[in-house]
Amino acid sequence: MTAHPPGLMGPPGRGGRFGEFGGRFVPESLVPACQELEEEFASAWADEGFRGRYRAILADYAGRPTPVTECHRLSERLGLRVLLKREDLTHTGSHKINNVVGQALLTARMGKSRLLAETGAGQHGVAAATAAALLGLECVVYMGEVDLRRQALNAFRMRLLGAEVRSVTSGSATLKDAINEALRDWVATVETTHYCLGSVMGPHPYPWMVRELQRVVGDEAREQCRRLLGGADPDYVVACVGGGSNAAGTFAGFVDTGAALVGVEAAGGAAMARGVSGVVHGMRSRLLQDEHGQVLEAHSISAGLDYPGIGPEHAYLGSVGRARYVQAGDDEVLEAFRLLSRTEGIIPALEPAHALAWVVREAGRELPRGSNVLITLSGRGDKDVAQVMDMLDG
Amino acid sequence: MASSMAVVGVGRLEAALRSGREAGRKLLVPYVTGGVVPSWLDVVEAVAEAGADAVEVGIPFSDPVMDGPTIQEASARALAAGATPEGLLDELGRRRPGVPLVAMTYMNLAERAGHRRFAARLADAGVAGAILPDLPLDEAGPWAEAAGEVGVETVLLAAPTTPDPRLRAICEASRGFVYGVGIMGVTGERDRLATSAAHMARRLKAITDKPVLIGVGVSTPGQARELSAHADGVVVGSALVRILLEGGGPQEAAAFVGRMRAALDGRREA
Ligand SMILES: Cc1ncc(COP(=O)(O)O)c(C=O)c1O
Repeated sequence: MTAHPPGLMGPPGRGGRFGEFGGRFVPESLVPACQELEEEFASAWADEGFRGRYRAILADYAGRPTPVTECHRLSERLGLRVLLKREDLTHTGSHKINNVVGQALLTARMGKSRLLAETGAGQHGVAAATAAALLGLECVVYMGEVDLRRQALNAFRMRLLGAEVRSVTSGSATLKDAINEALRDWVATVETTHYCLGSVMGPHPYPWMVRELQRVVGDEAREQCRRLLGGADPDYVVACVGGGSNAAGTFAGFVDTGAALVGVEAAGGAAMARGVSGVVHGMRSRLLQDEHGQVLEAHSISAGLDYPGIGPEHAYLGSVGRARYVQAGDDEVLEAFRLLSRTEGIIPALEPAHALAWVVREAGRELPRGSNVLITLSGRGDKDVAQVMDMLDG
Repeated sequence: MASSMAVVGVGRLEAALRSGREAGRKLLVPYVTGGVVPSWLDVVEAVAEAGADAVEVGIPFSDPVMDGPTIQEASARALAAGATPEGLLDELGRRRPGVPLVAMTYMNLAERAGHRRFAARLADAGVAGAILPDLPLDEAGPWAEAAGEVGVETVLLAAPTTPDPRLRAICEASRGFVYGVGIMGVTGERDRLATSAAHMARRLKAITDKPVLIGVGVSTPGQARELSAHADGVVVGSALVRILLEGGGPQEAAAFVGRMRAALDGRREA
């Protein structure tokens, strides 16, 4: 039934291409660093010693493997069998830790001493600050002023962890502008600094590298699902998509199975539904933009999905029909946030609440009764509780 | 393929810069953000008359990653005032300043319009060259070809971090001139000329006969003069744009460019 090209989610094509998407559209000043990073990652990823250190930190420090939890009460309500991959249970509370541990180890391997990160919801910033503290690296995190306000606690966490948090006021003062500012910093500091990008976006090799560093999510989940489902794979695998790293890591584990792959974007940041091909942040991908090519601002209650683009591999998976991309709106997301809290005793982050919201909406419609559905719960809701409290009160 | 012919033929921009160099001039290319002030077209003409060898016209983009605060601010102001690529190029096309024009913008504007259409728009507006800072050598092929077909020369950037073999490939592929980035960093004024600027110029001059201009972090007449010992010329952006952001107009812009010109000519300020 799945008539998709073979070899999906392997190494990208020449120059970091996923079909027509991807590439390396960065100022010349950064090209040598991207080339070095590509070589370094390729050799590290083929080196059992490096992989062993990465796996050991994920196990002994970050708490992997994370469980897959069967949601009995929610399943009964929805007429589905709902399984959650519990990235919320990792140290720092989201899947972002998987990526930063790998990139921090690479930073040290390249002999660099400073780590640069952008952050939207703050989860990637917290994870980067954590990995930097663990490995004794200097860490600077760029965060949009709007997001700093929404996620004040995460900003404080980063500072506690020894990172410097820099407020970004340009543009929409959210994630896309934080990336611009991080890139500008990197242009000036590339010789001593590694840019630890937080999602499967940016110039080659980031989309590939970050997907590989996140594939542990999908690889674990596939085996765990097979144990729970008597050897079968889920019918649907669903994950939220900002830049797309938790979805890419999850999909990587299931791309060769019969599972339908579904990425859920915020309705106000739906690069797949309403974007067109464009170039920004070092990559060619789908992008929310106006008729002239100016990038539009995304709008979502979740800072982590407030991004007008999407990782290039998702644009490709969508174009060849191997994955579908759908949207969830703010109101149904809040509903799903409360629903999971009450039925399962799990407060999700607002980002994966998008994936939940789509499943709740489509249960018995697009998702036939009795389907087995795996949802990646990419993070926990602690960071969002204050914001949700304001919204429910206000 | 006609490309071997194209290599032999020298474009309008490169020809103008070469003839300036052969006449013993140091080259000066000021940058003005299109639409930054209502009088921006007068500014373009005024700086052309004040001694520019070509003028770089910025077509503003929402996410200018290679630009520091001054040009970011100028881009944001122009966009807020309703500047569009078509609008700016239409206006530009109605004036024909006496020196070649070089469009400086980001790749997405060309992507959105389509390479051929965007290149044709530049050509129709009389633009001779294009600088796209987020389009490095490895990605430049399709755009450069589309631009070349309508006579628009794509200027490539070289950076202090570029290793020698790659530097040679960049010089080979660049059209119009070779833009050496003088400093590791984004556009913006600097108090002192970075040592990397002269080094960049010397590395480029040693391997190419094409005009070598250094930009990014060249802010004052003194810095331009200092650098001209090593390069064929300089690009000056933020220092000029700041004058416009602070309320200056064509006169103030021309006065600044006149001082740059005088410094490059080794004259005391007239
Ligand atoms: C918990 C959580 N999930 C998802 C995301 C979105 O990122 P991505 O699409 O790369 O997984 C974020 C980003 O901040 C996040 O914090």
